Amino acid sequence: MSWIQDITNPKERQWEDFYRNRWQYDKIVRSTHGVNCTGGCSWNVFVKNGLITWEMQALDYPDFATEIPPYEPRGCQRGISFSWYIYSPIRVKYPYIRGTLIDLWRNAKKLHTDPIEAWTSVVENPDARRSYQQARGKGGFRRTSWDEVMEIVSASMLYTARKYGPDRVVGFSPIPAMSYLSYAGGSRLLQLFGGVNLSFYDWYCDLPPASPEMWGEQTDVQESADWYHAKYVAVMGSNLNMTRTPDVHFIAEGRYDGAKLTVLAPDFNQVAKYSDWWIPLNAGQDGAFWMAVNHVILKEYYVDRQTPYFTDYVKQYSDSPFLVVLNKNGANYQPGRFIRANTVSRYKNIENGDWKFLVYDLKSGEARMPKGSIGSRWANKEKGKWNLEMKDALDDAELEPALTFLDNSDEVVQVEFTDFDKQYASFRGVPVKRLTTEQGTVLVTTVFDLMMARFGISRGLAGDYAASYDDDKTYTPAWQEKFTGISRETVMKFAREFASTAESTGGKCTVIIGAGINHWYHNNLLYRSAITALIMTGCIGRNGGGLAHYVGQEKLAAVAPWSTIAFAQDWAAPPRLQNGPSFYYVNTDQWRYEGSFTDYNPSATDSYLAKGHTMDMQVRAARLGWLPSYPQFNRNSISLVEEARKAGAQTDEEIIKWVVEQLKTKKLRFAVEDPDAPENWPRTWFIWRGNAIMSSAKGHEYFLRHFLGTHSNAVATEKAEGTVNDVEWRTPAPTGKMDLVVDINFRMDTSALYSDIVLPTATWYEKDDLNSTDLHTYMHPLSQAVPPCWESKSDWEIFKLIAQKVSELAKTKFPEPVKEVVASPLQHDSADEIAQPEVKDWTKGECEPVPGKTMPHLRVVTRDYANLYQRFVSFGPLARQNGIGAHGVRWDIKEFYDELLEMNPVQEWSGNRYPSLNTATEAANVILHLAPETNGEAAYTAFQHEQERVGLPLTDLVEKVRDVRTTFKDLQTQPRRLLTSPCWSAIINNGRTYSPFCINTERLVPWRTLTGRQQLYHDHEVYLAFGEHLPTYKLNPTPQQYGDNVQSKPDGNTVMLNYLTPHGKWHIHSTYYDNEIMLTLSRGIEPFWISEQDAQTIGVKDNDWVEVFDDHGVVVTRAVVSARVPKGVCIFYHSPERTISVPRSPLRGNRRAGGHNSLTRTRLKPVLMAGGYAQFTYSFNYWGPTGVNRDTHVMVRKLQGKPVW
Amino acid sequence: MDVRAQVAMVFHLDKCIGCHTCSIACKNLWTSREGTEYMWWNNVETKPGTGYPTLWEDQDKYRGGWEVKGNQLRPRLGPRLGVLSQLFYNPYLPVMDDYYEPWTYDYETLANAPAGDDQPTARPVSRVTGRYIDLEAGPNWDDDLSGSTTYARNDTNLSNLTDAERASLFQIEQMVFFYLPRICNHCLNPGCVAVCPSGAIYKRAEDGAVLISQEKCRGWRFCVSGCPYKKTYYNWRTGKSEKCILCYPRLEMGQTSSCFHSCVGRIRYQGILFYDADRIEEVARAPESELVEAQRSIILDPKDAAVEAGAKKNGINDAWIDAARRSPIYKFVKDWELALPLHAEFRTLPNLFYVPPLLPVINATKKGVYEIAETDYFGAIESARVPMKYMASLFSAGNEEIVKKVLKKLIAVRSHRQSKKVGNISENQANALLVEAGCTASEVEQIFRMTSLPRYEDRFVIPPYQRERDVETAPDRTAIKQKGQTGLGFTQAPRRGP
Repeated sequence: MSWIQDITNPKERQWEDFYRNRWQYDKIVRSTHGVNCTGGCSWNVFVKNGLITWEMQALDYPDFATEIPPYEPRGCQRGISFSWYIYSPIRVKYPYIRGTLIDLWRNAKKLHTDPIEAWTSVVENPDARRSYQQARGKGGFRRTSWDEVMEIVSASMLYTARKYGPDRVVGFSPIPAMSYLSYAGGSRLLQLFGGVNLSFYDWYCDLPPASPEMWGEQTDVQESADWYHAKYVAVMGSNLNMTRTPDVHFIAEGRYDGAKLTVLAPDFNQVAKYSDWWIPLNAGQDGAFWMAVNHVILKEYYVDRQTPYFTDYVKQYSDSPFLVVLNKNGANYQPGRFIRANTVSRYKNIENGDWKFLVYDLKSGEARMPKGSIGSRWANKEKGKWNLEMKDALDDAELEPALTFLDNSDEVVQVEFTDFDKQYASFRGVPVKRLTTEQGTVLVTTVFDLMMARFGISRGLAGDYAASYDDDKTYTPAWQEKFTGISRETVMKFAREFASTAESTGGKCTVIIGAGINHWYHNNLLYRSAITALIMTGCIGRNGGGLAHYVGQEKLAAVAPWSTIAFAQDWAAPPRLQNGPSFYYVNTDQWRYEGSFTDYNPSATDSYLAKGHTMDMQVRAARLGWLPSYPQFNRNSISLVEEARKAGAQTDEEIIKWVVEQLKTKKLRFAVEDPDAPENWPRTWFIWRGNAIMSSAKGHEYFLRHFLGTHSNAVATEKAEGTVNDVEWRTPAPTGKMDLVVDINFRMDTSALYSDIVLPTATWYEKDDLNSTDLHTYMHPLSQAVPPCWESKSDWEIFKLIAQKVSELAKTKFPEPVKEVVASPLQHDSADEIAQPEVKDWTKGECEPVPGKTMPHLRVVTRDYANLYQRFVSFGPLARQNGIGAHGVRWDIKEFYDELLEMNPVQEWSGNRYPSLNTATEAANVILHLAPETNGEAAYTAFQHEQERVGLPLTDLVEKVRDVRTTFKDLQTQPRRLLTSPCWSAIINNGRTYSPFCINTERLVPWRTLTGRQQLYHDHEVYLAFGEHLPTYKLNPTPQQYGDNVQSKPDGNTVMLNYLTPHGKWHIHSTYYDNEIMLTLSRGIEPFWISEQDAQTIGVKDNDWVEVFDDHGVVVTRAVVSARVPKGVCIFYHSPERTISVPRSPLRGNRRAGGHNSLTRTRLKPVLMAGGYAQFTYSFNYWGPTGVNRDTHVMVRKLQGKPVW
Repeated sequence: MDVRAQVAMVFHLDKCIGCHTCSIACKNLWTSREGTEYMWWNNVETKPGTGYPTLWEDQDKYRGGWEVKGNQLRPRLGPRLGVLSQLFYNPYLPVMDDYYEPWTYDYETLANAPAGDDQPTARPVSRVTGRYIDLEAGPNWDDDLSGSTTYARNDTNLSNLTDAERASLFQIEQMVFFYLPRICNHCLNPGCVAVCPSGAIYKRAEDGAVLISQEKCRGWRFCVSGCPYKKTYYNWRTGKSEKCILCYPRLEMGQTSSCFHSCVGRIRYQGILFYDADRIEEVARAPESELVEAQRSIILDPKDAAVEAGAKKNGINDAWIDAARRSPIYKFVKDWELALPLHAEFRTLPNLFYVPPLLPVINATKKGVYEIAETDYFGAIESARVPMKYMASLFSAGNEEIVKKVLKKLIAVRSHRQSKKVGNISENQANALLVEAGCTASEVEQIFRMTSLPRYEDRFVIPPYQRERDVETAPDRTAIKQKGQTGLGFTQAPRRGP
C-alpha cells in the first residue's frame, strides 16, 4: 500500500496506537439497568484492568421477523451513562448510620447484653427517640460495620414483632420486573417474618385503573415492535421520544410504512415534533376530546351507516349486547345492574346464577345466557363453559344477540344521565324490552343502547339529544371546544381518519398513552373514553391495535414462580401485601389535611356510597375486604392467638371465630380506624431499589413530618376534623411514627439522606439478576462484571444476612414457631370475585361478618423465626404441594420441582431436601425452570389446565416449543424470547409481535371481567352511585376546590400555574438525575419550564432563580423560559432530588427547599376503592386508588435576592 | 481521475429523537479524561438554536472554512503564510464562554456533612477552578428550545427570514424544532488541515479519516478556528488539540463508530464513497447554489468500470470495491439524492450528509380555538412548519429547490406505502405524488426498506481493514513481531511534539 506514503509518512502514524490502546478491553459482560424505565435493554459492560470503563448496547437480540424492524440497538443516554455511578463520589461505599442513633445504641448495648432489650431501651425513651428522629436528613452520618448494623436492624424487627406485631415491619421496593431477585430478597424476608410489602405501581400512579375496570387486567400492552403494525397512532400524555427512547424508532419506521402519527399534547413536546399532526389540546382535557371522537364514531359508523367489522366485534368481544335493568326513579329511569341469569325461569337453578348474564337472542326472541361470564369461570360443577362462544351455556344453541332494541323495542323510556360538566341530569329516550322474571316484569335495555344515550347520539328518540355536531350538547364535537380549545372540525377529521383506518385494516389503530394522562384525578375516565373508541372500532386484541400504556415496568414475565418465591408462598400464605396509596394516605396523615371529597369530585346520586370523606371510604374498604389494611388490628396479631387460646379456642377455625367475634363486638378494631394511636403506627421501614421518601412520595413534606419526625416545609392546616365519621381524631397529630428507617442504596439519594441506616448495595453491573419488560418479549440477565465494590453487597445477600441475624436473635425471644392471625382482602382471579353480589356492611348489621365473604379473609399462619434463614434459602414444600400460578391460572409443578432437586443445588436441613435459593443466580434458575414463559413443558402444562376451564383447545399454541428450556447462562449468552403463556394474553408464535388480548379474540378465552367481555358498563353499586357506570366526562378539580393554596397567598409578582411533572429527558425518576454527565447535558439542575408569557408576567428571565410554592412545600430552582410551553402550565420534570443544588427558601424560613413532591399531596379517588366484585376485587398493584398529582396548581415568583446555600 | 475511498455518513433527521446517546457513547470512550471534559466530539443540537460552541455557524465571528476570492479558494482565516504570521494572535478562537466551564458537584458532602440543623445539598463546583460555580452555560444549554428567547431566536440561519416569518416561528401553533447531531465531517477539503502550522493534521489515505497527530501537534489551535464546524478542541491538560477520530480503532476491527453503534433512533448509516481527488478544488470553488450538485458530482459510481480500474490502480482492493457498491451512503446521497451536506457554503466538502426532517402540519388559532388547515393526508410540504429558507440555509447553501425535492420524496414514500397498506390515500393520489417527487415505485420501495427495516449490516457497511498490511508499512514492524508484543509497554499520553 505504497499510496499511504504519498500522504503521510507511516512512521508518523505510529502514534495512532494511542487511541487504539483506549479501545482495548479485557472482558465484556452482559447486563442491564434495574431502573423503572421499561427499557430492559441489553448492554455490554466493558471491563479493563479490573475496572468498569464503559458500556455499549449489545446488538444481538434474536431477530424474529424480517418484515419488522429489529430491536437493536436498545439503550439510551441514561443507560449509557450508568457506568459513571460505579466509582462516583455519590456512591454509598460503606454502611452508614446517623451519629445520634449509634451513640444511643452503643450506650444501650453497654447496659443490655440482649440486643432486643437494648433496642427497647432506645425507642421507649421518648427523648432519645425524638433526638434521632429530629436529626433525620441533617447530616451526621457515621461509617459503621455490617455486624453492628445487622444487629440493630434485626433487634428492631423482633422488638416490633413482640411489642406490636410483625405487620408493623414494612418494606417498600418498586417494580420487581427491573430486577426480580433484588426485589424478591427483601419481600421474601418480610413475608417469612410476617411483615408487609407496600405496592408501587398504583402508588406511582403507573397503574391505569381503567385497565382492571374494563379488562380485569392490571396492564397488558403491546411490545414496541407491534407499533410498527399500527397504521394510525394517536399519542397522548406520553412523550415517546423522551421516555420510550429505545422504542420510538418503531414509530418513525412505521411512518415510512404508511402510518400516520397524531399527537395530543398541550406543549410542543418532543413527540409532537415527530408527528404528522399535533393537536395542542388544553392540559387534562383529553377526555372531552375522546368523548366527542366517540360521538362521531358512534354516529357515523353505527347509525348513519352500519360497519359490519365494528358491530360484529362489539357483539362478540364487549358487553355491548348484555342486558341492563332500568330502575324507576320518579317519572323516569336510571341505569341499574346487569340482569342476573337466575332471575329468569330458564336459568333459575343454574350454578352461580347471580354471576351469569343475559343477552337478547334474536333467534329465539328471548333472553339467553351466553357462555363466558364470571360465574362460569368459578363454576365447580359446570366446567368448560368459560369461553367467548356466543352460545347458550345451557344447551349450546347458537345465539344471535341484539345490539340494540331500536327497531324492536317494547317501549322507549326516558333515562337519566348526569352531565357532570353542567351538574345536572339529562333525560334521553332509550328503547327497552319488558322481561318477565321470577320477581315480575322488569325493563331491560342493552349496554349499547345506554351508550348511545350516554353519548347523546340522536337516533330519532325523544329526549335531550344533540341535533347536530354543532349543537353544544353532551358529547358533540362542538361541546368539547370549550374544554379542549380544539375545533369541532379537528375532532371530526381525527375521528374519521381513526375509524376508517380501523375499518380498512381490521383494527390497526393504536393509542399510546402515558403518565401525562394517568396522573389526573379522573384518569380512569380519561382512559375509558379512549379505550371506548378502540373497542368500538375493533382495535383491541389485534396486532397493530390497542391501548399502549407505558408507565412503569410492570411486566414481570415469569410471574408465577417469581411470586411464589418473592412472597414466600412456598412456606406460608397468604402474604401481607398492602396497597401503597392507602397506606401512605392513612399513615403519613395526609387525610387530616382534606375535607370531604365531594368538594371537588361530584357524584351522580345522594347515595351514602358516594359521599363523605375519603378516609371513611378507606375504612369501609378495609372492613369489607375490598382493600388490604396493614397494620391490621389495634392488637398484636401474635398475642391475639394467645388470647384466643386463653379464651378456649383450640383449632385455627376456633381462633378465627373468636377473632371475628372480637371484631363484631368492637373489642378488636381495625388499625385504620385509629391510625394515629401509637399501637397502630408502622415502626420499622425498609426501603430498597426505590426512592420512597422523595421520588415517589406524593406529599413528601408530610412524610418528613409524620413518618420521620423531622423538619417539614408544609404550612397547610388540618381540615378533616368533623368531616370524618369512622375514624378516631387525635390531636395533636403524631410526628415521627417510624422507629427505624433502613435504606439500601448505591446512591446517596434523598431517601438515603433521610434514613437512619444506609446499607451499600451492589449496582446493576455487580450482581446477577433477571429483568423483563412489556416493551419487548425477551428475558434479560443482570450480570456481575466486577464484584460488589467497596463494602457493598447485592440485595439478595443483604436480606439473607438480615435473615441470618434475625434467626440468631430469635433463639432467645422466639425459640419455637409462633402463630399469628393474618387478615387479607378478597382476591382477584379467585372465587372471591363472586363473594359479594351486593354491597352489604356487616358493621351496620346489614349482614353477618363472614371472613372471605363479607369481610377480609382471616387465616392463622405459623412463623418460624429461629429457622427464618433456612427457609429463606430453601424453595419450600408448599410450592410442590399447591402448585404455582398467576392471573387465575394455576397448575401442578411436582414434576418440575423434583427435576430441580436432581439438576440444581439443594439445601438439606431437618432431614429434608429443598431446591436451593442460596444465591440470586440459583433462585433465577429455579424461576426459569418453572416459568411457562421460559420452559416449554411448563407452558404446555399450564395451558392444559387452562383449556379445561375454558373448554376450548389451547395447548396447540405451545406444542412446538415443549422442549425449550432456558438457564441463566443461556440468557447471559443471548437474551431469549419468551414463549406464549396462559399467564399472558398475546400469541407470539411464528414471529408475531406481542399484542395483548389476541388470545381472547382469537382463542375465545374470556377477559377476566364480570361478563367475560370487555366491560364498557360497570354495575358495581359504588360506580352507579358515582355516575361512572358508563364512560363520562368529569371536570378536573379547580384550584379553589382542591385547596392547595389556602395559606400560600400570591403577591404582586406571582403567577399560579398548573403543575405538570412529566418524565424527563435526563433521568429515570431521580436516578441519573444526580449523574454528572446527565446534569452536564441538561442545565446542571432540574429546571422549572415556564412559557415566555408567564415568565414575562413575573419578571423572570431564562436561568433566573424562582421560588415555587403551595401549602405543601416549596421548591427553589432555576427557570427555563421556552416558547414551546403554553401559558398557564409549568413543567417540572419528575423527579429531582433535594440532594443536588437545592438552595434555601426565604419564603419558608430559610430552610432547605424541597423536591417536586414537596408541592403535592395525596388524594385518593374513592370509586377506585370499590371492591369485592368481579374485576373490582383486590390484587397487589392491580386494584385500588392511585397516587394522582396532576391537578395541582402552584405559585411561582422570582427568588428574592441571591440563592442562600 | 484519482480514485480515493472515504468513510462517509448519513444521518436521517426525520428519525432523530435528540437523545444524545451518541454523545455519551463517544464521551465514555474518548473524552472522559482531564483536559477533555468540555469536548463533545459528537454533540446534538436543537434547531433553531445557537449550537455548541455557541453561534458556531457564524463565520463572521470565527472565520472558519473557505472562501472564494476572485477565482481563488482560500481559508477564511487567511492564507497559510498569513496564519503563520498570527501564531501568537488569533482573535477568532472561541473562548471558554463560547463553550462552558465544565463542572461537577461536591457530592461527598452528602455522606460527610457533620450533624447540623438542616439538610446538606451538593453544589456545583468548577472543574477548572475547583470553586463553587454559578452555572450559566453548558454543552446543550438550549436543548428542546430551552431559553428560546436567548438561543433559538438568535440562530444565524434565521437571518434570511423576514421579521414576520421569524415572529411566527415562535408562536406555539406554528413553532418547530428538530435535532442536529454533529460529528467531525472528515471533509474532503478540511479547513483544519489547511491552517495547521505544524502539519500535524492529516487525512488517512485508506479511509479519509482526518486525524490530529498527538505527537506532532503543538497546540497552536488554528485548527479550532479553521474548522467551520468547530469540531476540533484544545486539550488544556496535554496542550494539544483533539478531535473526532471516527473511532478508527473500531473501524479497523470492522465495527461502526461508537456514536453510530449506539444510535437508538437508528438514524445513522455508515459506509464508503469513492471520489475523484483530482476534482476537489474545482468542486469546492463552485458557485454557492450549485455546491450541493457539485459535491454529488465528485462522488464516483463504484459500479463504473473506469472507477473500478482507477480504484485498483490506487491500491483499493476488491473487498473495498464491493463495500463501496453496497454502501448505504451512496444510495442516500447519489441514487436517491435524499441526503445533503450541512452548510455546503463552508466549502470543506463534508462527508456527513443529512436527510432533512419532515415536520407536523401547520395550524392556526382562530378565536381561541385551534383549527387545522385542510391538507393532504400527511400534510403538504408547502404548509410545513418551518420556512424552506431556513432548511435551505442549513442543507443546501440556500437552494430551496433541493430541500423541497427531498421532502417531497419522503412524502411520496410514505404516501405510497399508505396507499398500499391502508388506502386512506388512493392509488391515484399516491402515484401523483410519486410523479411530483420525480421518482418511481421501485425507488420508493427501496427507500422505505432502507428507512424502516434495515439491519445492522444494512446500515453499516464497513470495509475490511487489513491491519497486517498497515502494520508492515512501518519499517520496523512486521505482523509476526507485532503479534507477540501488541499492547505491551507503558501506556502514556504522547509527548508534546518537537
